[in-house]
Amino acid sequence: MIGRHLIEPRDCSVEELEGIFQLAEKIIEAPETYAEACKGKLLATLFYEPSTRTRFSFEAAMLRLGGSIIGFDDPNASSAAKGETLSDTIRTICAYADAIVMRHPREGSAKLAAESSDKPLINAGDGGHQHPTQTLTDLLTIRQEKGRLENLTIGVCGDLKFGRTIHSLIRAMDRYAGIRFVFISPDELQLPSYVKDEITYASYEETKNLEAVMGELDILYMSRVQRERFVSEEEYLRLKDIYVLDAEKMKKAKPDAMILHPLPRVNEISVEVDQDPRAKYFEQAHYGMIVRMALLMKVLGVKEND
Amino acid sequence: MINVSKLKKGLVIDHIAAGSGYRIFRQLKLDELNDVVILMRNVPSRKMGKKDVIKIENHINLDLEVLGLIDPHATINVIENGNRAKKIALVLPKRVEGILKCKNPRCITQYEKVEAPVFYLANEEEKTYRCSYCDSPTQFEGGE
Ligand SMILES: [Zn+2]
Repeated sequence: MIGRHLIEPRDCSVEELEGIFQLAEKIIEAPETYAEACKGKLLATLFYEPSTRTRFSFEAAMLRLGGSIIGFDDPNASSAAKGETLSDTIRTICAYADAIVMRHPREGSAKLAAESSDKPLINAGDGGHQHPTQTLTDLLTIRQEKGRLENLTIGVCGDLKFGRTIHSLIRAMDRYAGIRFVFISPDELQLPSYVKDEITYASYEETKNLEAVMGELDILYMSRVQRERFVSEEEYLRLKDIYVLDAEKMKKAKPDAMILHPLPRVNEISVEVDQDPRAKYFEQAHYGMIVRMALLMKVLGVKEND
Repeated sequence: MINVSKLKKGLVIDHIAAGSGYRIFRQLKLDELNDVVILMRNVPSRKMGKKDVIKIENHINLDLEVLGLIDPHATINVIENGNRAKKIALVLPKRVEGILKCKNPRCITQYEKVEAPVFYLANEEEKTYRCSYCDSPTQFEGGE
């Protein structure tokens, strides 16, 4: 994958994903082996929209590989504020850095930027469009915690209409065998038909009742209802706490179920669930850094010592 | 019916949906040609009731993409020595470059200049194309 861009999750084949996950597993087992894997490499993190969590995850990944970072996370301080085009900024950064991570509020910006980049460019979120490393994070978490990516019943709950993380997860998991989705949402936030139409291999059902399906799920992926997606404040307030996962509901879950959430959460998972060993969303953040380490190593083409 | 002398050598764009001829004429910039060009409107047709026809007295390079977009049911006849030498059937192009414009207000192409944005056919019946940058669907509505 040397020199490759990552704009959307499907830029990687299932085999390439497996390669990333196997490397991630080796990093988990012996992180010290990789402490200098990216020594002498420079990563540019261009955040045209602040996202502390994502930026830290990438920067921590690069630093843990012994690499260095430059970047900005305040668009007003960047050359974009002076009217420079995205492609000029990217060309300039390519003269300094070995790889680029970019987050930008406009949809499709990552693809446009990649067209001007002769260094690997990783999309760290382009508006409501794609956020592939979140999907890699979700997949690695499932793979490590469940030991497989096949034959799973995956409940997806919350804002299925606007949640790009959820759409990506569904498309990504649809490529594995024996997947059954249970889509849990109110009518107003149902999964759009264009996402359903793309489901090729998996089976799915839709419901409004989280409690009723709790006992069937191997994985429950909770998501936040985002205020910025709503035109009416009233509707947002009515829907935002429609599903709250609490200890009571967890009693109905399988003993080996797994709760995921892309974080940050608001109220949709009550803090009492955090103590439950089946809650894996904080581990998920750790896997997020690990999978970014593996990805950076792959696109930079550094040696993977065994 | 008005009679138009028979073409010896050239192109006939036939079976254009009645009313689309002028749009095709403009979109293909036929007014910029120095060749003889005839636009016939509301020609009686057995199959279509009424149709538009365009005749061009030369073998020019037609932009089949635009043509396919505006009217995928039109046909192109290549005329040699007064006879039809070849018939080209049109299809909706799978990939379109530089003709469509993304309508998604959050799309990067609204903010940064993209010379010839690429779109991919998403739905044949609805003539919907997907922006190659933001993936939003856009419907082709003709070249106004
Ligand atoms: Zn677009």
